[in-house]
Amino acid sequence: MYVAVKGGEAAIRNAHRLLGDRRRGDRSLPAIGLHQIVEQLALAVDRVMAEGSLYDTELAALAVKQARGDMIEAIFLVRAYRTTLPRFGYTKPLETSRMAIERRISATFKDLPGGQLLGPTFDYTHRLLDPELAEDGIVETPERRVEAHEHTPRVTDILGHDGMIEADGDMPEGVETGDLTREPLSFPLERDLRLQALARGDEGFLLGLAYSTQRGYGRSHPFAGEIRIGEVEIELEVAELDFPLTLGRIRVTECQMINQFKGSSKQPPQFTRGYGLVFGQSERKSMSMALCDRALRARELGEDITAAAQDEEFVISHSDNVQSTGFVEHLKLPHYVDFQAELDLVRRMRGEHERRESENREAAE
Amino acid sequence: MTELATYNFAYLDEQTKRMIRRAILKAIAIPGYQVPFASREMPMPYGWGTGGVQVTAAVIGPNDMLKVIDQGADDTTNAVSIRAFFQKVSNVRVTTKTTEATIIQTRHRIPETALQAGQTLVYQVPIPEPLRFLEPRETETRKMHALEEYGLMHVKLYEDIARHGRIATTYAYPVKVEGRYVMDPSPTPKFDNPKMHQSPALQLFGAGREKRIYAIPPYTEVVSLDFEDHPFEIQTFSEPCALCGAKGSYLDEVILDDKGGSMFVCSDTDFCEDRQAEGNGDHLSANPAQAAANPAEAAE
Amino acid sequence: MRAVTQVYEGGFSDAVFNSQEVFRALMDAMASPGRVIEIGKLAAAPSPISSVAASVAATLFDHDATVWCDKSITSSAAAIGWLKFHTGLELTSNPSDAQFALIGDLQTMPSLESFAKGTPEYPDRSTTIILQIDSFNGPEELTLSGPGIKDTQGFAPSQLPKMFVDQWAANRGAFPRGIDLIFAGEGALAALPRTTRISKKEA
Repeated sequence: MYVAVKGGEAAIRNAHRLLGDRRRGDRSLPAIGLHQIVEQLALAVDRVMAEGSLYDTELAALAVKQARGDMIEAIFLVRAYRTTLPRFGYTKPLETSRMAIERRISATFKDLPGGQLLGPTFDYTHRLLDPELAEDGIVETPERRVEAHEHTPRVTDILGHDGMIEADGDMPEGVETGDLTREPLSFPLERDLRLQALARGDEGFLLGLAYSTQRGYGRSHPFAGEIRIGEVEIELEVAELDFPLTLGRIRVTECQMINQFKGSSKQPPQFTRGYGLVFGQSERKSMSMALCDRALRARELGEDITAAAQDEEFVISHSDNVQSTGFVEHLKLPHYVDFQAELDLVRRMRGEHERRESENREAAE
Repeated sequence: MTELATYNFAYLDEQTKRMIRRAILKAIAIPGYQVPFASREMPMPYGWGTGGVQVTAAVIGPNDMLKVIDQGADDTTNAVSIRAFFQKVSNVRVTTKTTEATIIQTRHRIPETALQAGQTLVYQVPIPEPLRFLEPRETETRKMHALEEYGLMHVKLYEDIARHGRIATTYAYPVKVEGRYVMDPSPTPKFDNPKMHQSPALQLFGAGREKRIYAIPPYTEVVSLDFEDHPFEIQTFSEPCALCGAKGSYLDEVILDDKGGSMFVCSDTDFCEDRQAEGNGDHLSANPAQAAANPAEAAE
Repeated sequence: MRAVTQVYEGGFSDAVFNSQEVFRALMDAMASPGRVIEIGKLAAAPSPISSVAASVAATLFDHDATVWCDKSITSSAAAIGWLKFHTGLELTSNPSDAQFALIGDLQTMPSLESFAKGTPEYPDRSTTIILQIDSFNGPEELTLSGPGIKDTQGFAPSQLPKMFVDQWAANRGAFPRGIDLIFAGEGALAALPRTTRISKKEA
């Protein structure tokens, strides 16, 4: 029987043992080390950190290993650990214009202060499987630029000088930034909470929604104003100190979409913004996030809400893959008590139906 | 390597417990109203009882005796898993006896044995909003609760009657609490609804993924929605339990073969075992299928 | 110097189990209105905060909780210092912003109407008031009924806010919006959630 009554504990124990065995696989092969995962599967680690909302490469690598490469399971492991950590405070906003840039591209200007920098990208690689990678071949040392830019203005800052693009939204005076891990969401949301939800949202879900806006379901005429990847300092203000404390550096990917906006009776025509920021290197996620952010600003900008990507409650309620996978997969759990109730009802209704039919037959005869 | 934390008593940190405890107190003060709370990620998946687990973790202490059931049974895998979790993180005493437990965490059933004053029943809730399948938007359903606008629910039930000649809701059957809030009793069969009414036990409901906690204090009016000409009625079974002979308990159908053969046994395993221990069901003929359907014996 | 030590001493000796014990007393109290539930002497705060009120504060307050304290408490630097040090609470000067209120002197407290009752959509966004009283052996017994009470329950706090029965009827009338009360007496606590109906005991 499916529910191994009394055998439940033993069954679970044995299942976990088998899982451990399958995780390790062939014992004659060396076990994969966390450092190997951090170094060689870095983008998997980045995704787990981003959607797990915890910046720790080694823990993310451990999660990837423990989850046998199942990304959502790994994200779940990191989330469940993160939730037990004490909170010391909130850092200052990241100053991405001071990023130590490794990659930076703009689709809107051919050249711009700070220059374009391709960086470690898959773009322009021909997607031909490379048999040499199957062996541990020699890898060349990369070329690096000599001079480092202390300050590289963002494209939107440049556009902002003459009002061609809306100002970066300021939070009203005295408003504390929300924290969706500490307060239950209540719709409608402000943009701060929405961006938090998108930043930890499922890459695939946001990608699909972002794509839908390009195909006309909430079209927003986007241009990739700028995408930059690199390390930024994180700073914490401490009450006793009159200067912010630098805690360290993290790698992030920032995407600023520039979108068309016709203007209103109150505002002259200008471009609008969609914003994406993700832990690690993940252009796909940050671009999807920026497109979704812009689509979700429909209410704020007085646009008609006609498409799924513009529907805040729909998007935010279903973007979290840990929630989604839990509820979809909970259908595996026994439901036989409720099913029994439904069986009973259908049997009764079929009985009544049959009775009626035979009465009708008799009446006809 | 990052140093892994040792986990706190009952897993949750004290700050999280305080947040949940504050929500529980409000929930008790406003019976049937869904209090939003900042549900945490738990080390089991959303949809698998994280709401109930958080409520239990915030309430439980060293003097408690915990019982965990799923589908009425103590030994279903998820019940085993949740009970093992609490044994591990809170080292609390556990039991399968309804009468011994101070806290009972449940999924989909209310025990057959009447609960007592001082006991707390914690329900795992997947979708706390009774109006959700009529109106998917939280912004709308919240307004409907605020205005006590429950017409839609009655329309739905009435459409059932028009189409099927009866109310076709068999589980998660909506109730009205203390004449004010329409509440989802969690996916228990409607058979269990009457047990909620004027129960001496405290009933707490936790929905982790949906981030809601609600409650029914002891001795509170809980009425299943119905119509004068179609009064609420519970399921009845034509035969008694094949193991203990109980009449009037909720039964599971156990398939015996692929030719339509089946038997009906109590869903509440503790209730059934107690009755068998008291000698009930002895007259039932020894049936090899019976032993198979009761692995409690088979395992011994 | 003495005030300083007072501030740092008197917290729970075991934060995890003490707060669990006090919470269970509070939960039972809220679930059975008017029932007096004894708790041990788990916390000690500077005057005028009583041991039970201090235990309740240490169980429910933290830096996510906005608390309004009445003058009898705010005028004691040691009392406020203790609350801040042991709970990290956020104080507010506006009772209608408070999630909790701590009342040392019931005679001078503002009307229940001054506190947050929540909104029709979110009736939980309301103030829970902690009233510090001497005992539950007051001269006048109220008769309580409502959810959590089988038939009726007697309740005789030694002190009550002014015009309490009328104020409470108004509070009850606003349901589901409303204020909830926790009474902290000597060695014991009790609660009145907004659902409770009060009638004065017939002579």
